[in-house]
Amino acid sequence: MTRFEANGRAVEVAVEPRMTLADCLRDVLRLTGTHIGCEHGVCGACTVLVDGEAVRACLMLAVQAEGRRVTTVEGLSHDDTLTPLQQAFRKHHALQCGFCTPGMITTAHALLSEEPDCDADRVREVLSGNICRCTGYIPIIEAVLEARSAYRGDGRAGDDGERR
Amino acid sequence: MRNTFIGAAIERREDLRFLRGRGQYVGDLAPNGLLHAVVLRSAAAHGRIRAIDAAAALKIPGVHAVITAKDMPGGPPIIPMRLQPLPAFKPFEQPVIAADKVRYVGEPLALVLADSAAIGEDALEAIAVDIEALPAVTDRAGAQNGGSLLFEAAGSNIALEFRATRGDAAAAFAGAAYRRRERLKVQRHFGLTLEPRGVLAEWDAAQGRLRVFGAAKVPFFNRRILAAQIGLPEDAIDMVENDVGGGFGARGEFYPEDFLIPFAARQVGRPVKWIEDRRENLMAMNHARDAEADIEIACAADGTILGLRGETFADMGAYMRTNGAVGARNVAQFMSGPYRIPAIDIAATLVMTNKTPVGTYRGPGRFETDFFRERLFDMVANELGIDRVEFRRRNLVAEREMPYALATITPYEHKDELDSGDYRITLARCLAEFGWTEKAKLQGVLIDGRYHGLALGCFIEGGGAGPKESARVALEPDGAIAVYLGSSAVGQGVETVFAQIAADALELPIERIRAVFHGSTGYVSDGYGAYHSRSVVMGGSALLDAAEKFRAALRAAAAQRLGCDARAVAIGEDNVAGPDGRALPLTDFAGLSAEGAFHNKKHTYTYGAHAAHVTVDPKTGHVAIVDYVAVEDVGRIINPMTLNGQVIGSLVQGLGGAFLEHLVYDENGQLLTGSLMDYRLPTASDFPNLRSIVLDMKPSPINPLGAKGAGEGGIIPAGGVIANAVANSLTAFGAEPRELPLSPPRVWALLEEARMGNANGE
Amino acid sequence: MKLPAFDYACPATLAEAVTLLAANGDAKAIAGGQSLVPMLAFRVAAPTLLVDLARLPGLDRIAIGADGVRLGALVRWRDILADARLARAHPLLVAAVRHVAHYQIRNRGTVGGSLAHADPAAELPGIAVACDGEIAVTGTAGARVIAAKDFFLGALTTALAPDEIITELRLPAWPAARRFGFEEFALRRGDFALAAAAVFHDRAADGRATNAHVGVIGVGERPTRLPSVEAVFDGARIDDGVIARAAAAASAAVDPPDDIHASAAYRRALVGTMVERALVAAQQRDQP
Repeated sequence: MTRFEANGRAVEVAVEPRMTLADCLRDVLRLTGTHIGCEHGVCGACTVLVDGEAVRACLMLAVQAEGRRVTTVEGLSHDDTLTPLQQAFRKHHALQCGFCTPGMITTAHALLSEEPDCDADRVREVLSGNICRCTGYIPIIEAVLEARSAYRGDGRAGDDGERR
Repeated sequence: MRNTFIGAAIERREDLRFLRGRGQYVGDLAPNGLLHAVVLRSAAAHGRIRAIDAAAALKIPGVHAVITAKDMPGGPPIIPMRLQPLPAFKPFEQPVIAADKVRYVGEPLALVLADSAAIGEDALEAIAVDIEALPAVTDRAGAQNGGSLLFEAAGSNIALEFRATRGDAAAAFAGAAYRRRERLKVQRHFGLTLEPRGVLAEWDAAQGRLRVFGAAKVPFFNRRILAAQIGLPEDAIDMVENDVGGGFGARGEFYPEDFLIPFAARQVGRPVKWIEDRRENLMAMNHARDAEADIEIACAADGTILGLRGETFADMGAYMRTNGAVGARNVAQFMSGPYRIPAIDIAATLVMTNKTPVGTYRGPGRFETDFFRERLFDMVANELGIDRVEFRRRNLVAEREMPYALATITPYEHKDELDSGDYRITLARCLAEFGWTEKAKLQGVLIDGRYHGLALGCFIEGGGAGPKESARVALEPDGAIAVYLGSSAVGQGVETVFAQIAADALELPIERIRAVFHGSTGYVSDGYGAYHSRSVVMGGSALLDAAEKFRAALRAAAAQRLGCDARAVAIGEDNVAGPDGRALPLTDFAGLSAEGAFHNKKHTYTYGAHAAHVTVDPKTGHVAIVDYVAVEDVGRIINPMTLNGQVIGSLVQGLGGAFLEHLVYDENGQLLTGSLMDYRLPTASDFPNLRSIVLDMKPSPINPLGAKGAGEGGIIPAGGVIANAVANSLTAFGAEPRELPLSPPRVWALLEEARMGNANGE
Repeated sequence: MKLPAFDYACPATLAEAVTLLAANGDAKAIAGGQSLVPMLAFRVAAPTLLVDLARLPGLDRIAIGADGVRLGALVRWRDILADARLARAHPLLVAAVRHVAHYQIRNRGTVGGSLAHADPAAELPGIAVACDGEIAVTGTAGARVIAAKDFFLGALTTALAPDEIITELRLPAWPAARRFGFEEFALRRGDFALAAAAVFHDRAADGRATNAHVGVIGVGERPTRLPSVEAVFDGARIDDGVIARAAAAASAAVDPPDDIHASAAYRRALVGTMVERALVAAQQRDQP
């Protein structure tokens, strides 16, 4: 049995060692917000937070999540409202088909939680590990830069990936 | 018509689920009893199938079945063409699974059904495939010499030749003061979608109904094909469009899996799901763009273009796909772009090779042909000593010449004409926004180790393809409106854009439009889908018709109850009133619904201009974009935010084609670009300096919205503009790019060649 | 691209890990998995047992002392970039690591994993060789130290025995006044290098360069120093002429591969440019 925390809830799964964390989240825990775009660690659509750090869930075995705190896009969302980061994405039209979006949200959240004063170059550098085929990236960068204010000072979204 | 919501940058409704990971893509569906399908694909590019032995695979625990062509009585069905279905193409159409021959690496050989995709992939390794290899045809020369035939019965590897003609090219060239001929090439690449393809099929034997999930782009057409292939009436099949992770022309056409998965579901009586993985996607999703041109231009001494002629070749891959001929035809027919070219004679030869079959990718054929044409233009302008801007401006079709007939294509007699527009205005606007006059001083200048280059290009984007689209408007019990569309969503925001159109057409607040349902076959009686930038023009116009019919139906129903003439009924936001002031609440008419349609045979032409400023590092060949401005007039803007999104998104795809993306085969037909490390997509770091300006100056006369299809304009001119900018930066070397992509090693090689040429005194 | 089946162990001690590797011929060690898991996904590797090193104690430390820098095998790229001491203790290492992959990969990828994987275009093997590093490993035969120049045998091939696990990378002490440059060219940010050069030298009192070191990656089967290039500027005052000759020597010294990404001729020219730019950077760098 592998035990870890998924979006604040303790989970226990019996999975083969070969099952990736991405497949475990999607197929066993039915958290389908994490998307699979390549399965070889290039596209970033599967990005989740493990102990607050952004990782490619397709390159991590589910068994390697033992004892860790995993946060997916669902864990960074509210039922009734959008977070400031999500609102910024919406305002800037930083998504079209939505497939890369969960990975962008988790990666941006990790970045802004650690570096709320990052500049455009840093945002581009960090997001260069997330492929988007629809938007051309420019609105995504704008959205992340706008969201910085929510991660600074009073509006801090926290550095541990928890729901705010 | 009211313009309260039309024209506004309304935030998207679809975002609410996408941002929270609540989208529902076909891969997210997991019905009870699901079996997973995995496709065994040919590792040989060309050969005769001697045996496929699945005995060992069937012994693996969790493997339920292995389906091959032998399980299809009468042989595997053949996938017909959807567009340009000419008799000449019939011999080259693809069977849903390989039967006697394989013709490309990636061609389906067998379908494994297993408890999980992982077990299915284990099974693939246990299937013994015996293929007698045949020589692979991997280039035009190999195809044309006919030594190895893909289709013996056809007797040739050439499927067809289109011809685009206008005026008398022979005479134009004979009398021309100036001519120039060039050979140019665009590389194979494709509309890779971030979500790979997927199909889920459920067969309800009791009801005799088939439900197919994962439909996209043209669900109604695909249902027609599937029904015929699988032997069911169309109305026994539901094609359901879930959320779709990008289309770009590639997703949604009828592929082998669109038959295989429903067939398997019927065979085993359980839901079957297939999700393409990325390695498959690179070899199985339609390839595109692979084209060459050997073209010649004739001009008067003052640069007035007299004619364009020559040959183009399109590598079709191993089979004619449902829309495989589109790109090839477009290369020939739209090479003139927005320019006045009185005499045209361009052949487009469709060449079959042992590679993944080719379909469309955003701006099919148009990206390639704009590269061919605009490169030629800059070379000509340089040689004639005419300013490159002036050369283009004086040759643009003028507004007063419209409708302006483009070249006629044969076979499939197809006439097209430019509908409306003032092409000089977008050109001027682009250059002004870009700062052309100032920046032009940098042309070819070396600063801090990099050469500067500037270029521009003008383009048209054909859209609004017919023949028809349907929409339905229905009143719900609480007074909200539900909109149903035959149009498909591929990420372009139809749920929001059509809510805007519906709100204004019905004169209601946008919140009253509860939802826009799209794509799935259950929503309208006869739908067509999303292709050729048609959703706003066709779906939007159909929606206007539906709204008008709805209001007429509402008036008629109200008139009955109010005892007055229908024309005297006033429709308010919440009620309907007669001339005597008596009113009834709208909710009294819940269930009222009206279907509308729009028929169209003509294309709209969005048009515009791009300008680029690049710098080139001659030592590494690296090209950086300092500034890039895209301007286009779309006739009528429904949502400027989503429209600009389409421009920037398609432009970055175009830059991917100009610099990065390349599907590479070896001489044995093996696909060498097998991962996303090899097939390089643009990332956030690559192209940060892009600007888009959209205008709504000249409405289209051919639809009630006055709109023109948009969404492909960003990609169409990008290759030509970039190639010209690179050429212009390297004038000191005399390096002339004639091929894409302009990756750093290729730019460097161009410079090396030019340097060696100069050293030899050429 | 689901992974092939394998057994999995996550031992608590190095000894256990070594025993597991020794007992299972088709076992492979896994740390961050950033290189190994893609290979499994493409089924070009099919180990029957993965031995996860994550729980092994003491391998995640960065130790800086008089004898140099020691990076534990489980130190991640992220840890290197976050360790403020390294900006002074080994700025060349930091400069190179900035080019490694992407943000998410840097949170998982490790020193040991990169060295064991031995991609010819990977930065850390290049730094290890350029800096005369040493790699400490432990196997059933005990612990040994392998010079970096003897560790990388070819593309994806190292001197590690099947039962050996890397425990540490040791880089010699870095003098504060040392001059260095690291130049890499890749087709996109984060891609594998088409060519990269790590160059450093010290300075004698009269301004001549001493202790010249040039290491290159991406232009051969394994990272290597280029002695013929070092000879050009070792003992010389570095001026434009010396730099140009060093660059030419670099191009002449390598025999790069031809592949779908770049031709051999391009890589040959590129490595010369990388050496040239690294030498220029070394001259311009302000030393603390």
